Amino acid sequence: MGGWAIAVHGGAGVDPNLPVERQEAAKQLLTRCLNIGVSALRSSLPAIDVVELVVRELEADPFFNSGRGSALTTKGTVEMEASIMDGPGRRCGAVSGVTTVKSPVSLARLVMEKSPHSYLAFSGAEEFARQQGVETVDNEYFITEDNVGMLKLAKEANTILFDYRIPTHGLDTCSAAVDSPLVMNGLPISVYAPETVGCAVVDSKGRCAAATSTGGLMNKMTGRIGDSPLIGAGTYACELCGVSCTGEGEAIIRGTLAREVAAVMEYKGFGLQQAVDYVVKERLDQGKAGLIAVSKDGEVAFGYNCVGMFRGCATEDGFMEVGIWE
Amino acid sequence: MGWAIALHGGAGDIPLNLPPERREPREAALRHCLDIGVAALKHKKSPLDVVELVVRELENHPHFNAGKGSVLTSDGTVEMEACIMDGRTKKCGAVSGLTTVVNAISLARLVMEKTPHIYLAFDGAEAFAREQGVETTDKSHFVTSENIERLKQAKEANRVQIDYTQPIPKEPTKETTVAGGDSQIGTVGCVAVDNQGNLATATSTGGLVNKMVGRIGDTPIIGAGTYANSLCAVSATGKGESIMRATVARDVAALMEYKGLSLVEAAAYVVGECAPKGTAGLVAVSAKGEVTMQFNTTGMFRACATEDGYSEIAIWPSV
Repeated sequence: MGGWAIAVHGGAGVDPNLPVERQEAAKQLLTRCLNIGVSALRSSLPAIDVVELVVRELEADPFFNSGRGSALTTKGTVEMEASIMDGPGRRCGAVSGVTTVKSPVSLARLVMEKSPHSYLAFSGAEEFARQQGVETVDNEYFITEDNVGMLKLAKEANTILFDYRIPTHGLDTCSAAVDSPLVMNGLPISVYAPETVGCAVVDSKGRCAAATSTGGLMNKMTGRIGDSPLIGAGTYACELCGVSCTGEGEAIIRGTLAREVAAVMEYKGFGLQQAVDYVVKERLDQGKAGLIAVSKDGEVAFGYNCVGMFRGCATEDGFMEVGIWE
Repeated sequence: MGWAIALHGGAGDIPLNLPPERREPREAALRHCLDIGVAALKHKKSPLDVVELVVRELENHPHFNAGKGSVLTSDGTVEMEACIMDGRTKKCGAVSGLTTVVNAISLARLVMEKTPHIYLAFDGAEAFAREQGVETTDKSHFVTSENIERLKQAKEANRVQIDYTQPIPKEPTKETTVAGGDSQIGTVGCVAVDNQGNLATATSTGGLVNKMVGRIGDTPIIGAGTYANSLCAVSATGKGESIMRATVARDVAALMEYKGLSLVEAAAYVVGECAPKGTAGLVAVSAKGEVTMQFNTTGMFRACATEDGYSEIAIWPSV
C-alpha cells in the first residue's frame, strides 16, 4: 500500500502561446486546490469527500470551464454537468443541464446518495436541487465577460467550438496573432479559454474516487450532453483506480475512456501508468483528450495527446507537481 | 461467417405464470420484429439500418416499454431515451427526455448523423426533432391505460423509496421491485451483423415506472446500455443504475479485446460476475456472426436468428 494520492486537472489542449500571466494564474489555482485536497487527505477524509471538495473549489473559481466561468450555449446561457463516482461499491451520481446550482458536483453526489437514481438532468435535476436545499444562484452568476466575448467570436465563426478551439483570426484578446500551426478537427487551436475540471483521489485506506465538472462546449446546442457526466466516459472509479478525463467529449464517449483505464488494468493486468498510456494511444481515434488517474496502491498518473494539460498531483511521500506542458 | 440478429424486449423479474394475454402479444411482436430484421438483412440492408428499423417497430408496439407504451414518471408523463451505435466507425447518437417524438431511435440516429454532438437531451432534443422534421405527436399518444395503472401501483407500493425526502435505507442505490411483476420491464434493443462483419446496436426505453422527472438510465449511455465496435455489438436491459456502474455493454467488448474471450464467454462473465444478480440481461452478436442472449434475471423477452438457419424466441431460461 502506497498511501494517499491526488490528481487534479483543469482541461487538456492548451494554447502554446498562452500568456505567461495566465499560465501562472492557472498554476496558482491548481496548487491551491491541490493543497485543499492534501490537507483533507491528511485529516483522513474519505476519497469521495476529497474529490467533491476539490471540484467544488474549482467550480467556484471562474478560471476554468465549470460552475462560475462555464462556457455558454448558443443561447448565451450556462448548462452545466458533473459526475462523481466512489470506487467502493462503484456508486455514482451525475447531473446534466443544471442552470442555477452553484456546485453541480455536489448535486451529483446528492443524486448518488439521496435519490434512487444515478443520473438526473435538466428541469428534473433543478427540481431535485430545490428539494435538497442546495445553494442556487441566478444563471447570470456563472456567466463571465470573457465567455460572452468568446461566444461572440464562436458565433462569428459560425461554428460550434470546443472551448479551447477558438479561431485565431479576429481574436485580439489573446496571443492568437501569432501564427499557430496547431489544428484540431480543421480548426486552429488557441486556448485562452478555460476547460473542464476534475479530480481523482485515493485515500490512505486505498479507496479510490473521481469527479468531473464542466460547462461543456462554447456555442453548444442547448441540451447537448458531453462526456463529463457519463460514467465510464468522463469519470470512473472502482476498487482498482479512479479516473477523470477532459478534452473532446465525443471522442471520450466513443472510447469509453475512463472505464478503459480500469478495464485494461483489470483484464490485461496493466499497471496504472501503462494503462493510461495505452488508453491515450489506442482508444482516442482522432480525438484530442487527456486524463488523470490514481490507483489503489497510491500511484498517480496522467496522459494526453494534445499540446498541454492543466494538471497537478501530490502523493503521501511528499511528491507534488503542478504543470501545463510536457 | 454470416449475418446474425438478436433483439430483446426487456429483462427482469418476469413471473413464470405470466398470463397468456400478456405473454402472447409480446411473443408475437418479437416474432414479427425478428422477421422484419431478417428480411432486411437478406436484402443487404446495412446493420445500422436494420437495428434502427427493428427498434422503431418495437417502439411502436404498446406492450414494450419504449415509444408508445413507455412507462410513466412520477408526474405521470413519458420521458423516452434511446441510443444507436455503428461498430465499424464507432459513430453513435443518443437522446434523453423526449416527450413527443414518435420514434426516439431515429432521432438518436439523426443526432449521430446531423449534429457535431453525440447526445442531446430534453428541450434541446425536442427542438432538434422539430428542426429535423421528424414525426411528433401529442404526449398522450405514448400513455397507455395499463401504464397509468402501473404508476398507481408503483406509487402505492413504493412511496417511501421514491420519496427521497424521507430517510433513505442503508442501501441507498437499491431499487425496489414493484408489485405486479413485469411492470419495470420492457426496454427494447436490437443488435445485428451482416456477412461482411459490419456491426450495429440500438436500444430504446421509457425508463422506470415512477421514475423521477429528469432521470437518465443506462440505455442512452454508450458503454452502459449500448455499445458496438469492430468485434461485437451489445444491447443491455435491466436495472439501469446497475448496468451503468458495471459498464455492461462495453465490458463485453473489453473482455473480448483484452482477455481474448469469445462472445459467449464475455457475455457470460459480464452477466455472471460484473452485474449483480437480478439486474441485467443483454443480447449480442460478434463480427463472426455468433449470437448470444444472456440474463441474470428471471427472464428476458428475446429473439434471434442467424444466416445458417438457427432461430429462437424465448422469455425464460432455455431448458
